[in-house]
Amino acid sequence: MKIAVLSGKGGTGKTFVSVNLAAAAGRAVYTDCDIEEPDGHLFFRPEKISEEKVAVSIPSADNSRCSGCRKCTEFCRFNALALIRDNIYIFEDICHSCGGCVLLCPEKALTEVRKEIGIIRRGRSEETEIRTGILNTGEASGVPVIRQLITSLKDAGDIPVIIDCPPGSSCTVMESIKDADYCILIAEPTIFGRYNLDMAYRLVRSFGKPTGVVLNKYTSGRDPSEDFCRENDVNILASIPFDRDLGRLISEGRIAVKEDKKWEEVFSSLLRTVSKEADR
Amino acid sequence: MKLMIPAEKNSMDEEMSLSFGRASGFILYDTDAGTDSFIENPGKDNQGGAGIKAAQAVIDSGAEVLLSPHCGTNAADVLKKTDIRVFSSRPGTVRGNVELFLREELSRLF
Repeated sequence: MKIAVLSGKGGTGKTFVSVNLAAAAGRAVYTDCDIEEPDGHLFFRPEKISEEKVAVSIPSADNSRCSGCRKCTEFCRFNALALIRDNIYIFEDICHSCGGCVLLCPEKALTEVRKEIGIIRRGRSEETEIRTGILNTGEASGVPVIRQLITSLKDAGDIPVIIDCPPGSSCTVMESIKDADYCILIAEPTIFGRYNLDMAYRLVRSFGKPTGVVLNKYTSGRDPSEDFCRENDVNILASIPFDRDLGRLISEGRIAVKEDKKWEEVFSSLLRTVSKEADR
Repeated sequence: MKLMIPAEKNSMDEEMSLSFGRASGFILYDTDAGTDSFIENPGKDNQGGAGIKAAQAVIDSGAEVLLSPHCGTNAADVLKKTDIRVFSSRPGTVRGNVELFLREELSRLF
């Protein structure tokens, strides 16, 4: 069962919930798809690390073969190619690696070369396997790293997979939730949080994913995110109260379910609820 | 010589465009013949890389000079590989900027 944890707004508690769900499950795969700033590994401190590279294909031009026909510059939807004084220039950051220009060139002046954009690290913490995607600084898109990470999950078998998604609700999040069986939305009690929860909710609905909300940092008083759930008939899976001790524990990189039975029960219960919901 | 000026409409007497990469089009003005023509900006609605397409249009037009309010990095990367001179335009009409250029009152962007 693959459970994706997303929120829209950053800082609501995706990693807190993902890490603790994986730790409560024990035998599980925790997958960190926040490739620009993965932090799940800071809690798990995985050992026996192995790495694999992530690379994309981009075109390379042999200008001695170029006839200036412009088929490539006109084809590229992303405008990643320009013809300047009979030389083809490639804008690597804009290229989306579709391979179209290489196929179209009548003179075979374009060839594909590999460009490394990131790495995937695997490790273990007790029974939990930790997989982390890392995008190299300065690269424009993390989607290929996430794609490789999600594809690798085919070998997970029957054990639960927890996918810690990036913040936001665009391409990187879409790639992260694509194969999920269930999406947990993490909400915080603020207007900005509610606005982003709305966007994340619409995203998971458009992907046809079963979903529910965890109201995090819950306090007495108005909770705009709770209001959103009630107004839109969204299933509330759990409410986690705002707790200074919990905040301190997290800031020290500690895993709540390993420190206190109370949290172990909260997350085991959440895992059971989600499993039941996902099966329906 | 030929000058390229980003414009929203095909008219020398309208305000020039506030953008380069997202301009509706460009007026190509021939200082020797005193004639002007309008070229559509092929990239103006593209999601990304609009500056590259716009710069390509400038190169393809045969213009030697571009008058522009500013120029993004991608467009600049393209134009710097050519001999095209880019001058910083001032708010005003296309014709007004052409005259400022001819009186050498515009400064070089790059």
